[in-house]
Amino acid sequence: MDRRQFLKTSTAAFSAAGAASAPWRRAFAQAGPIKIGLLAPLTGVVASGGKEMVEGVQFYLDSVKNEIAGRKVELVIEDDASNPDTALQKARRLVEQGNCHMLIGDLLANTGLAVANYVKGTGTPYFIPIIAADDLTQRQRIRNVIRVAGYSASAFTHPFGDWALKQGYRKIATISQDYTFGHEQCGGLAQVFTEGGGQIVQQFWHPLNTADFSPYLGQLADLKVDAIFAMETGADATRLIQQYASFGLKGKIPLLAAMNGTDQSVIRTLGEECDGIIAAAHFAEGSDNPVTQKFTREYEAKYGKIPSLYGFSMYSGIMWVAEALEKMGGKVEDRELLIDTVLKTELTGSPLGKTVRLDGYGNPIYDVQIRKVVKRADGKYWNVPVTSYPNVSQFWTYDPETYMKQPPYSRAFQGIKKT
Amino acid sequence: MNTFQLLNGLTFAALLFVVASGFTLIFGLLRIVNLAHGALYLFGGYIGFAVATKTGSFVLGGLGAMAAIAAIGFVLDQGLLRFVRGNELRQVLLTLGFAFVLNDLALVIWGGDSFTVPIPQILRGGMRVLGVFYPTYRLFVLVTGIVVFAALWVLLNHTRLGALIRAGVDDAEMVEASGVNIRRVFLVTFLLGSALAGLGGLMGGAFLSLYPSADAEILVFSLAVVIIGGRGSLVGVGVGSLLVGLLNTLGQVMFPEFAYFVIFGPMAVLLAFRPLGLFGRAVSA
Amino acid sequence: MTQATSQPMKIAGMTPRAVVVALVVLAVAAALPLVLTNYQVGLATEMLIFGVLAMSIDILAGFAGRTSLGHGAIFGVSGYVVVYATAQAGLPPLPAFALGVIAATLVAAIFALLAVRTSGVYFLLLTLALGMIVWGICLRWTQVTGGENGMRGDVRPPWLVTHQAFYWAVLAGAAVVSYAMWRFVRSPFGLTLLGIRDSESRMRSLGYNVPLHLFIGFTVSGFFAGIAGALYAMFNNFVSPSTVALAQSVEGVLMMIAGGVGSLFGGFVGAAAIIALENAVSAYTERWQMVLGVTFILIMIFAPEGIIGTLRAVLTRKQR
Repeated sequence: MDRRQFLKTSTAAFSAAGAASAPWRRAFAQAGPIKIGLLAPLTGVVASGGKEMVEGVQFYLDSVKNEIAGRKVELVIEDDASNPDTALQKARRLVEQGNCHMLIGDLLANTGLAVANYVKGTGTPYFIPIIAADDLTQRQRIRNVIRVAGYSASAFTHPFGDWALKQGYRKIATISQDYTFGHEQCGGLAQVFTEGGGQIVQQFWHPLNTADFSPYLGQLADLKVDAIFAMETGADATRLIQQYASFGLKGKIPLLAAMNGTDQSVIRTLGEECDGIIAAAHFAEGSDNPVTQKFTREYEAKYGKIPSLYGFSMYSGIMWVAEALEKMGGKVEDRELLIDTVLKTELTGSPLGKTVRLDGYGNPIYDVQIRKVVKRADGKYWNVPVTSYPNVSQFWTYDPETYMKQPPYSRAFQGIKKT
Repeated sequence: MNTFQLLNGLTFAALLFVVASGFTLIFGLLRIVNLAHGALYLFGGYIGFAVATKTGSFVLGGLGAMAAIAAIGFVLDQGLLRFVRGNELRQVLLTLGFAFVLNDLALVIWGGDSFTVPIPQILRGGMRVLGVFYPTYRLFVLVTGIVVFAALWVLLNHTRLGALIRAGVDDAEMVEASGVNIRRVFLVTFLLGSALAGLGGLMGGAFLSLYPSADAEILVFSLAVVIIGGRGSLVGVGVGSLLVGLLNTLGQVMFPEFAYFVIFGPMAVLLAFRPLGLFGRAVSA
Repeated sequence: MTQATSQPMKIAGMTPRAVVVALVVLAVAAALPLVLTNYQVGLATEMLIFGVLAMSIDILAGFAGRTSLGHGAIFGVSGYVVVYATAQAGLPPLPAFALGVIAATLVAAIFALLAVRTSGVYFLLLTLALGMIVWGICLRWTQVTGGENGMRGDVRPPWLVTHQAFYWAVLAGAAVVSYAMWRFVRSPFGLTLLGIRDSESRMRSLGYNVPLHLFIGFTVSGFFAGIAGALYAMFNNFVSPSTVALAQSVEGVLMMIAGGVGSLFGGFVGAAAIIALENAVSAYTERWQMVLGVTFILIMIFAPEGIIGTLRAVLTRKQR
């Protein structure tokens, strides 16, 4: 620690002490900036997603001239290095050293869960537009961990399973990264699909960062299924889509993907191999909704790329917090009020072009788009909605209490109906 | 294991061979465990990608990657490693620090998106071999692996340089005593080994894609290959690559839970009983 | 190093001067939470824990001439067991702690069985490979380890929940453990290890059972790494594959080297220096990995004796 840093922290400590003892100082502190700690993976495996997370937040803050509810915003960005140990350390620094009023961000589930476990003890409001672990808005809610503008992993694959049935698919195999996010997305699809009479022929689980998919593709090709559901993120998605095409499976067996698999962060470096892949999501950058079009156009003009899930989610997430803060006069120091207000706030400015609200469990309710990767006029690929399921609950059509009595999706439990 | 999976294992082994042969040359002659080898692979892949997309030529991409990585290898060897000669631990950790720098540099230059080196038209699509439909590019990788093996075989066994390298692997001091400038042989070997990492990066980058942390994955596989095969042995690397490539495929198909164990378990046992690997010879020093 | 033996006065094996120094250092360390912020106390805690890890590696590297790149895995296994025992099996913290240390010691014993026959760079590679196996198992055995997501739980006993209380507990633990390690390397057994480091063949011809000594040395070293790992699990209330990854081993080795190979207590200096550096640099730039890499290279080239060693060299030069 150098001298400058030390001076900064000691003045912060003094002013905090002063604020507690003198009422006139508290009024002064109130007018100080709103301090937001942003955790994003700027290095490591998912560094490109992390960069877009920062862009999304800055895109919004620029649009409001860095001011929310009449108070300046001080954004402190920390790199979680795609590593939960680092994420935890950085969260500590933002909360204990940086005196941030709230945390927002993290991309990988393991980093988000590590930070959630930490803020459970400190009570700091922590907003997770990207961390999708089901149980954070289901069986293991933490009051101050709120999924603004995010989604729970199985929320979109429930309707996707229903859609697959309607296409006449009866046999599906899944291939997925072997961790909670994958288990949950596959589970959502598997449960709805098998309850509707479909059959999950086989499920493949592979470790993250699998260099070579050929062993799996070899087996998948022999299964004689109607469609394959792939739950891949980042570089794994790139490789799977590419190797799927090079092994001649593209065009033979329809490829259904989790939304991350055909997100801009993946398909922007791909060519025709990604053409025609179907996924289910709340956001489709190629939607003809004028609000979405405006967002996509302006984002692309500013950052030179079509916005991905990460840019979109963080933009919407910080906007959600901002709308809540406007409602409560910017009193960010009142954590309980902030949490309550955010939970009650309905997001009006969402790039989805539709007001979004949270359900009773803190998960946003969206219209789920079944979207397809198509080539845009300029040769770039993007996702265009094919059909839509309005107002989808994270519990699909199930009763929440009954649903939560079944175990969370895991490798062992995929909700597959026994026939 | 059917033909299809066999081919998968073989093509992966061919890539591993190209990367690991560079590793073992350096390890064998210079006694340097170059933990930056994976980073050289990835960096080479990125450079190959950049050149291949700019010029539209896969071959130029390959040459560019090899030349650039050989140059980086030159900097590593002459600029840094020369200060820590003879101290194994310091060399190992220095190369690791170098890998950190190289990886972060790649992140600065290319961002973290995953890229794929464009494949030339004639290698796209698939063909029928041994009764299965198989991607042409992967067969090309297999052939390249065999060609590299043959070229290295000729180099090591039928040229003066090769004779010096082989003699140097067994006893560097002896070679030096006979009046040969062993430093120069060392340098050439280091550049050759680095260039092979660059070539591997281009080849791998076209079907395994390039992304942050790809360096660590290939490095771990290369280590396994070299440990199994033995230091500085070309045949050892060949056998090691085949074993690791096939075990990797077998592990993923049959024991997905213990895929790593299938590779590293046998390796650890082997190393405990034959510390020098299958084809390694004791250092006479 | 052995001049202590000629001193008649000794307290617990230490010269009076060493006792005074140790007590002063302890007192200063114990007073730190009174002046530091919460976050800094957390950092100091981390420095102590990694200091113990670095020392455990130094037992092998500095005193038996074998550098392990598998200690991160041993360290992490202990953490996994502690979190599993408390969060999944519902054990109270102290038995969980003990189980974690036992598990780490067992893993170290298995590593040792395989590794004692090797030396030099092969030892490095073998321990690296063994560490990879542990990492692979933690990553893939999802049902038990939680896979990529790891495991979370409230591992600390209630009386250690605050930063300060936990810091003092770790400080007390680190003090006891470092004293134990110091006694271990100064014991006749430790001197035998030194002999093996300097000349294996001579020790063998003198009739020492070299593999047995290395086996015991490795296992004891693993025991101490296990203590560090269990403390780390309590500190984070959380483990994941990155806790057992190669990077963890490398960091431990680097801290050991930064402190000075064979300086034992240098482990704390190295850990403090590296953690402070990481922390300071990452506050100013996202290029902290590059800075770290450059530091790495510079240490290897210019300060291979570590911070303590280099200081000592500079001081002796001045005295002359």
